[in-house]
Formats: sequence, structure tokens, C-alpha cells
Amino acid sequence: MTSHSTLAIWGILAAIGIGTFLIRFSFLAALSRVDAIPPLVTRILRLIPAAVLAAIAMPALTHASGSFDLATDRFVAGTVAAFVAWRTRNVMATIAVGMGVLWAIDALGWFAS
Amino acid sequence: MSAGAAPSTRAAFTEGVRAIAPIVIGVFPFGLIAGVAAVEAGLTTVQALAASPMIFAGASQLAAMDLIGRSSPALVIVLTAWVINARFAMYSAALTPPFASLSVRRRAVAAYLLTDQAFAMSTIRFARTEEPATSRYAFYLGSALTMALTWHTATIVGVVVGTGVPPEWSLDFAVPLVFIALVFPAITDRATRVAAITAAIAASSLRGMPLNLGLLTAALIGIVAGLIARGRQ
Repeated sequence: MTSHSTLAIWGILAAIGIGTFLIRFSFLAALSRVDAIPPLVTRILRLIPAAVLAAIAMPALTHASGSFDLATDRFVAGTVAAFVAWRTRNVMATIAVGMGVLWAIDALGWFAS
Repeated sequence: MSAGAAPSTRAAFTEGVRAIAPIVIGVFPFGLIAGVAAVEAGLTTVQALAASPMIFAGASQLAAMDLIGRSSPALVIVLTAWVINARFAMYSAALTPPFASLSVRRRAVAAYLLTDQAFAMSTIRFARTEEPATSRYAFYLGSALTMALTWHTATIVGVVVGTGVPPEWSLDFAVPLVFIALVFPAITDRATRVAAITAAIAASSLRGMPLNLGLLTAALIGIVAGLIARGRQ
């Protein structure tokens, strides 16, 4: 649970929302052409999704217990889910397998948690 | 669509809906989890419901909820979300030539509804079909509104369900699972692969960084690694 006040959270949501709209509207508002973006910026923008998504996902698996620990239900379930994601590219299958493996491990009591 | 819309415009709208339909099925569980995550992070019900129409960008919403739940500083939360959404600038630029003749109001609507999915569907269509800007806009709206309807319905269900999910179901684990599912389609070449692997290792190593700056720093390291990898290609 967050320690941010209700008002602070409204401010955070508004700042993200307004900023995101301005990013989306940027070129469509100014009517500037695609080649107005420097190639280096385009290259950086293309790399952002892969880098950010991986950076969010990994610690949730490797630090499931708070500190670095690979002997956890979540690391095992996440690794299996990653394999499914890689082979199928299917969001629903990835979630279903990941949650299924997590519940199975917990039911079997493989890791004391 | 107004009642007086030309048949071709209406047809283009319907085609937009049809083109994106198979994709939005996969978006539903993602939206559901975003709704649950907002409740679990400690947002009020109204805030959890408002987050989707205010932001309308799934990955950034999930990341923001995670950081809000961990009480990260507001600036770090907002910056992280903006970085995740920076890719929309690229889409905005790519949509400018086909939409240049449209009114500023229509371009603003297009911008507000811009998503990875609607963008992907539209660029495929625009490359294949020669048609006036109004038809292109109608196709885009068909796709984008279908996407928005799905996303908002899913998050509303998630918010409603989220308040009643027992913690022993570990539904919070669905959040990293969504990111795992999204990272693989984002890896399209050597540079993106190097960026993802480097960012993953860096994020895990920098978990203890103060102010939860680990994610942003790791993403930055991943991007630099990706740029270097591309330079060597």
C-alpha cells in the first residue's frame, strides 16, 4: 500500500496523462515530417520498449522475496512463462501458464514461503 | 461516425474494427491486471477507474501502479511512465503524413487514442491501400476505439474484481507476467535483444538503488548497450 496521499496520486496520474498525451500529439500537432526526427533519436526510441519491459520484469523474478534469490516459486514460474512467451508470443497463454505453475509449486510446497 | 458519413468511410471504420478484433482479445487480461494492480497499489476506486482514461497506456500504467505501491517519489514515477511512453513520439511522426490534411481536432483525437495496436494495424493498412485521409482516419478510429473500449472495459472489471481477490491467489504476479509477455514481441533484432538482456541484468543488480531509480537507470544502460550493439553490426 502506498504512502502517497490521495491528492498526490491525482497529481501523479494527471502528470503522466498530460505528458503522455503531449508525446502522442507532438508531431501530429506540429505537422512536422518523420524525417524531422534525428536518426539517433529514432534508434533510441526503438530500443526503449525492449529495455524498459525487460527492466521491469526481471527484478520481480529475481527478487521475489525482497533480496536476490533464484530458489523461489516466482523465479521458476516466471522462467517457464518466459519460455511460453518466447515460443507463443501470446499474452493470455503466458499469464495462464505463469500463474498455473506458481499455484502448482505453492500447492506442492516446493519452496518454503 | 456521423449519420452523413460516406459509405466508404463507414466501411473503412468497420474494417478497422475487424482488423484489430483478434488482437484486442489478448489485451483484455492485460487491462484486467492493470485494474487489479491499481487497487492493490492503494488507489481509491475512483482513481483506479480514472487512471485508464487519463493515461490510456497499459505498460506505463502498470509500471506506475507498481512504483506507487512501493511509495517511490512522485517524480520518479512520472519520469518512468514518460520514458515508457516516449515511443509514441515515433508513432505520432509516422501518422503525420497520412493525417496531415485532417483538422487539428481530429488529429488531437487520433493522438489521444494512439496505441501500439492501433498504430500497427493502421500502418499495415495505409501501406497497402490508396484512399483519402478521411477513410484512413475512419479505419484508424475503428481500430483505436475498439482498442479503447476493450481496455476500459477490462480495467473496470479489474478494479471491481481487484477489491475482492484473496492475496493467497498471488494475482500481483500477473503484472511481471504481462511484462514478460510483452518483452518478446519488442525484441526484433540484435540491438533490441542486447538492450533487453542488458537492461534485465542491470535492473536485477540495481534493485537496491535509492528512490526506486533502478528501473530507469537499468533501462538507460540497456538502451546504451543496444546502441553500441547496433553500431558494431
